[in-house]
Amino acid sequence: MAEKVLMKGNEALAEAAIQAGCHHFFGYPITPQTELAAYMAKRMPKIGGTYLQAESEIAAVNMVLGASAAGVRAMTSSSSPGISLKGEGISYMAGSDLPAVIINVQRGGPGLGGIQPSQADYWQATKALGHGDFQILVFAPSTVQEMVNLVSDAFDKADQYRMPAMILADGMLGQMMEPVELPEKKEQTAIEKPWAACGHEGKRKHNIVNSLYLTPNALESLVRERYERYETIKANEQRAEEYRTEDADVIVVAYGASSRVARSAVNKAREEGLKVGLVRPITLWPFPTDAIQRAAKQAKHLLVVEMSMGQMVDDVRLAVEGSVPVSFYGRTGGIIPTPKEVLGEIKKLLK
Amino acid sequence: MKDLNMVFAGFGGQGVLFAGKVVAYAGLIEGRELSWLPSYGPEMRGGTANCSICLSDEPIGSPLVTNPNVLIAMNRPSLDKFVNDVEPGGVILLDSSLIDVKVERDDVTTYYVPASTLAEENGLKGLANIILVGKLFKEVGFCSAETLDKALQKCIPARKAAMLDFNRKAIEIGSAL
Amino acid sequence: MAVVFKKPSTLTDAPLHYCPGCTHGIIHRLVAEAIEELGVEGKTVGVASVGCSVMCYDYFTCDMVQAPHGRAQAVATGLKRAKPENVIFTYQGDGDLAAIGTAETVHAATRGENITVIFVNNAIYGMTGGQMAPTSLPNQITQTTPYGRDVNTAGYPVRICELLSTLDGVALAQRVTVDSVKNVNIAKKAIKKAFQNQIEGKGYSIVEVLSTCPTNWGMSPVDALGWLQENMIPYYPLGVFKDGTKGDRLK
Repeated sequence: MAEKVLMKGNEALAEAAIQAGCHHFFGYPITPQTELAAYMAKRMPKIGGTYLQAESEIAAVNMVLGASAAGVRAMTSSSSPGISLKGEGISYMAGSDLPAVIINVQRGGPGLGGIQPSQADYWQATKALGHGDFQILVFAPSTVQEMVNLVSDAFDKADQYRMPAMILADGMLGQMMEPVELPEKKEQTAIEKPWAACGHEGKRKHNIVNSLYLTPNALESLVRERYERYETIKANEQRAEEYRTEDADVIVVAYGASSRVARSAVNKAREEGLKVGLVRPITLWPFPTDAIQRAAKQAKHLLVVEMSMGQMVDDVRLAVEGSVPVSFYGRTGGIIPTPKEVLGEIKKLLK
Repeated sequence: MKDLNMVFAGFGGQGVLFAGKVVAYAGLIEGRELSWLPSYGPEMRGGTANCSICLSDEPIGSPLVTNPNVLIAMNRPSLDKFVNDVEPGGVILLDSSLIDVKVERDDVTTYYVPASTLAEENGLKGLANIILVGKLFKEVGFCSAETLDKALQKCIPARKAAMLDFNRKAIEIGSAL
Repeated sequence: MAVVFKKPSTLTDAPLHYCPGCTHGIIHRLVAEAIEELGVEGKTVGVASVGCSVMCYDYFTCDMVQAPHGRAQAVATGLKRAKPENVIFTYQGDGDLAAIGTAETVHAATRGENITVIFVNNAIYGMTGGQMAPTSLPNQITQTTPYGRDVNTAGYPVRICELLSTLDGVALAQRVTVDSVKNVNIAKKAIKKAFQNQIEGKGYSIVEVLSTCPTNWGMSPVDALGWLQENMIPYYPLGVFKDGTKGDRLK
């Protein structure tokens, strides 16, 4: 076991990517993710990797597209307004079946919004990151250690399924320090990429990395093939943590930073003898429908807590199909709800 | 050991984030659960800065401390901002050379530490923060003495090794009060 | 019988989709010949942009990547940084390179990215049916400048080679055309040099090729060449604007 070190979430994301074999990082400064880029700028030259500060988020994501097309593991990171700009490149990568990891250290929006932690990009990440029929993998860590672990998984799953993956973090997780254990370094070429545009050396037909299909039938069948892959992912890759749910009357559903607040509230409720549990989605796409449905069977009421005006709550409602009431509590604009507030909401439901 | 939910607050530049880091490292060295969450943004440049530090034997829930049981306040605005949030039974340490008011609550224990003056007098300019950590160590005992020294070593980069002895002296002064 | 002329081995057998009289075909051939003659097909990766040449990924036998509109040089940057040993070129039109992709173009050049840029300037948007390009000439009639490009409202045409030649990351900035055998030969040399520069690590090389669009200009191919000679070349003088190595002016 490696020794535990104290790291900021942003730095841990960066180091984890390097350990996962990502030696090509393309970024653009934005608060509150800048430590990530700064860390990469310091580390990459020492390992013979690439750190490049692009002229824009748009250029950065397209540099990732190019590096990924060449067959290497590549990453970019930003915060909410910058992610909007990356949407184009992400859609193209999805349409070209390219793996990549994109980090969103969310801040308040819309527009320039604020710089404090937020979870208002859930819809964007899971439903509307760019034009066209596509999904990307979305992982939602809630601790610095989980940030490290999920970066590694994101690279692996992105390669396995040939699609972009996002780590949906937020300013709180990015800025905070917690003890972490870094994983063993992985070899970069863990997965063969016979599709890569890396020079055919006269040994094969030319590879084309492309998202343009002018024949509707060809495009439809390709999108259908991709959606079959998505079904496999939905069946195999859902992840959620179920905490103290066994006998719960009220189950809170929260991810990322707000799940930490919810966990504190659940613990306080339990101390008071209230039967309350937590389901914490770890993958936001695929959405952990199975865990939510188990919660709906157990509890009389679900309470979704988010740092937004209510986005994931839609998916929870779709998952329970009306079988139990689903309430929502959220703070937005950069405000982190307190355990006390959440406990208050829980108590309202238990009345 | 009791869970500690701490807020260290002051002006940007007084080293409240660094002081928090020393305490966080002490937690790390002793294998405890911990979190360190800074305020961030423009306020880091001259405005108020603060950080939340949680030390516990259980996994940390929300790392944002809204009701601290320990508050270190290094200026008046910070005291004003957090004084009423401190849990009953909690501890407040304030730099009395910079804060000229008394805490009017009787359900908390307040230590008035003239940290900036002491730092100045002892040739430790800029280490009022660590003097307060020394006092916190004495009153709350968040780790062993050996751990605290190791934490200082972790937080002070090798190229600033000369600073280590000054920091040690600051801890000594704080914990002797 | 001796073969005196044949298709370069670096072009596929796919029939080109370009309109009759369009000069993309000639320029494709020149690029393919340069790759063939330099013997780098096996390590070359081309970047197709958005516009008429979007499907050039089907025409070159090397590996190809199709980039989002305007982003070809960012994609090329990623490809080159990932595999510096590879030879990377972009093939872009005026809308892609000089309008939506201006930032990517200027910054790839400022960084001195060791890539080869083939810039086809025909002063109009061909793929979408003849709208104003950043390089459309003053008073030029297009679908979106039906009364002629009014420089007071639509601004002036951009001279990319002149603009980029001021940047220290640039090794080669040369404007050529393919309206005559002589000029085709000059263009060939320039394109080959732009690839050679990359192989030698000299920095960013761009060759701007003045091109015709008979369809959207509403002319016969022959008339289009005449229009190019009479109108485009005076505004966009042919020639070398920078030829050296990146950073050489700083020494």
